[in-house]
Amino acid sequence: MAVVELKGVAKNYGGAHKNAKAANAVENFNLTTRDGEFIVLVGPSGCGKSTTMRMIAGLEANTDGEIRIDGRDVSQVAARDRDIAMVFQSYALYPHMTVYDNMAFALSLKKVPKPEIEQRVNDAASILDITHLLDRKPRALSGGQRQRVALGRAIVRDPQVFLMDEPLSNLDAMLRVDMRAEIIKLHRKLGVTTFYVTHDQTEAMTMGERIVVMRDGHIQQIDTPNALYHAPNNVFVAGFIGTPSMNFLKMTLGGDGKTLTGQTARMVASSERQSIEAHKGRDLMVGVRPEHLVLTTDEAAANLIKGEIDVVEPLGSVTMVQLEVDGHRITAQLEGDTSVRMGDAIMLTCDSARLHLFDAETEQALPRHEHRTETA
Amino acid sequence: MEQKSSLGLAVIGWLVAIVMFFPILWMVLTALKTEQSAFSMVPEFVFTPTLESFKTALSQNAGYWHYAFNSLFTSVMSTLIGLALAIPAAYAMAFYPSKRTDFTLVWMVSTKFIPAVGVLIPIFLVYKTLGLIDNNWGLIALFVGMNLPIMVWMVYSYFKDVPKDIVEAAEIDGASTLATMFRVILPLALPGLASTGLLALILAWNESFWSLTMADHNAATLAAFIASFKSAEGLFWAKMSAASVMTVAPIIVLGWFAQKQMVRGLTFGAVK
Ligand SMILES: Nc1ncnc2c1ncn2[C@@H]1O[C@H](COP(=O)(O)OP(=O)(O)O)[C@@H](O)[C@H]1O
Ligand SMILES: [Mg+2]
Repeated sequence: MAVVELKGVAKNYGGAHKNAKAANAVENFNLTTRDGEFIVLVGPSGCGKSTTMRMIAGLEANTDGEIRIDGRDVSQVAARDRDIAMVFQSYALYPHMTVYDNMAFALSLKKVPKPEIEQRVNDAASILDITHLLDRKPRALSGGQRQRVALGRAIVRDPQVFLMDEPLSNLDAMLRVDMRAEIIKLHRKLGVTTFYVTHDQTEAMTMGERIVVMRDGHIQQIDTPNALYHAPNNVFVAGFIGTPSMNFLKMTLGGDGKTLTGQTARMVASSERQSIEAHKGRDLMVGVRPEHLVLTTDEAAANLIKGEIDVVEPLGSVTMVQLEVDGHRITAQLEGDTSVRMGDAIMLTCDSARLHLFDAETEQALPRHEHRTETA
Repeated sequence: MEQKSSLGLAVIGWLVAIVMFFPILWMVLTALKTEQSAFSMVPEFVFTPTLESFKTALSQNAGYWHYAFNSLFTSVMSTLIGLALAIPAAYAMAFYPSKRTDFTLVWMVSTKFIPAVGVLIPIFLVYKTLGLIDNNWGLIALFVGMNLPIMVWMVYSYFKDVPKDIVEAAEIDGASTLATMFRVILPLALPGLASTGLLALILAWNESFWSLTMADHNAATLAAFIASFKSAEGLFWAKMSAASVMTVAPIIVLGWFAQKQMVRGLTFGAVK
């Protein structure tokens, strides 16, 4: 168990590699974990998640900043001496070794006495329910079993830090949900500081104590799942977190500092949550989540979006409808038994408190008063 | 459609195989003939086989075992030394590539473009000065040099086929470079290493140019044994064929046993 600190960490792959870009793959990464915290790194493919993990692991040298584990600067320490265990997306099991030997490998390198190795491997195997597989070679295992062995190989070491880089993305959907729960249980039990990478925001939201949202090598926001959902820092985070994605409408804030007008939509902004005075008369990006839109027949409603349905997706518990409003695609999540059809003209409304306001130019959220968020 | 084309391929395959195999068959047949019938202008397909030529070739003064020992010793030693050099070289290039790795690989193989005769004189002079002429170790050094580029290239490609994640997993598990090499990479590349070794062994065993020019009697290999039957007068085809059969037989037997291994090793990356 350990506290991991990343201060101004950056990675530039430089010109040595043929895929190298001039820009940094990761830039100015700052994060200090709690001891035993479960941190999720999330972001679209290529945003630098793996690079960050590999720098923590020591597989890649950071080109700037410092990485500390329990206060010790490990920037110059080889991967093998960092006391970190990693679970790879490909599992990276040793194909020529049995499951037992895969799990025992690190311990035998450390010259742990045989009986202790056996004890620890058996313990880890029984935690993961793979005792009956110990004599098999990896190729005789299913995907889910390999995944367990990969986890087993990591936990048997009792390391300072766990790194998991998209460990579930090769599993089918059902198994993924099961393993997700299992990894969380495992984390509770072992309490080892964990970095978990995923590009799947649902996985991030369900697993992370804190989530680091990344984009193009930059941290966008570090927060709890709740804070990310309720108080996203910018348009990117707002759109990335939550399914289906948040809707955005470009609207102009009137001189009264309240009324927002678009072509066919109007809203009344509340200044309770975000300070909007400074933006009078300017364009704002107004965000509202699909699950916060409801059907209305009241043409005089303060918050009103009008449009014609062009996609209906009945999912049973809910019905998703899509409409085109002022050139923006709007998705609304309606009650499951709503009877709407394609082509219906509908009106949607929502609570003003549910609106997220962003500067249309910088795409940053307008300053918030309440709902304090710890951002990087 | 498919049936037809695979039939056509089978016919072509058999034709090629027969064309390739015929000289070997003819050599074996000739070895079993008498010198007279071997020399006959009209090829004789039906004859009474005799082991006379083999007996002569094995007789004490012909010294088959002396040559065979030299062939075995030089090819085995050159293969072992070649592997000992190729493995670390390929390891560095596969796992710690630099900007010049690709160039180095191409350069190494390009040394194979030089015809051996082109370097005969300088090597002969150097060997003469060093006293390596007609010396097993002199031949071994030449065989190692001759096979090393191919060996490095092959071992390199087998190492490249070891997934990078696995190497990194070993590193994170605490394995030193040597531990990673001996406990993870070499076991995984073993089929490839075996084919590389086999190929080097065969190439060294079959080598004749350097064996004939750099060795006289002490270090002479089976190539010299075969050549020794050639004479200006008298009939020698049957004896020479018998000597040739005894020379290629071990390698054919080895190849037969290692067939599966060879195919697996040589097509390693390709069939994944
Ligand atoms: N070895 C490398 N050499 C050069 N560029 C790389 C290398 N690895 C990753 N990159 C680049 O760095 C960026 C971040 O990659 P990565 O960390 O793998 O993203 P993610 O894991 O979030 O998908 C990408 O633009 C990628 O092309
Ligand atoms: Mg990645």
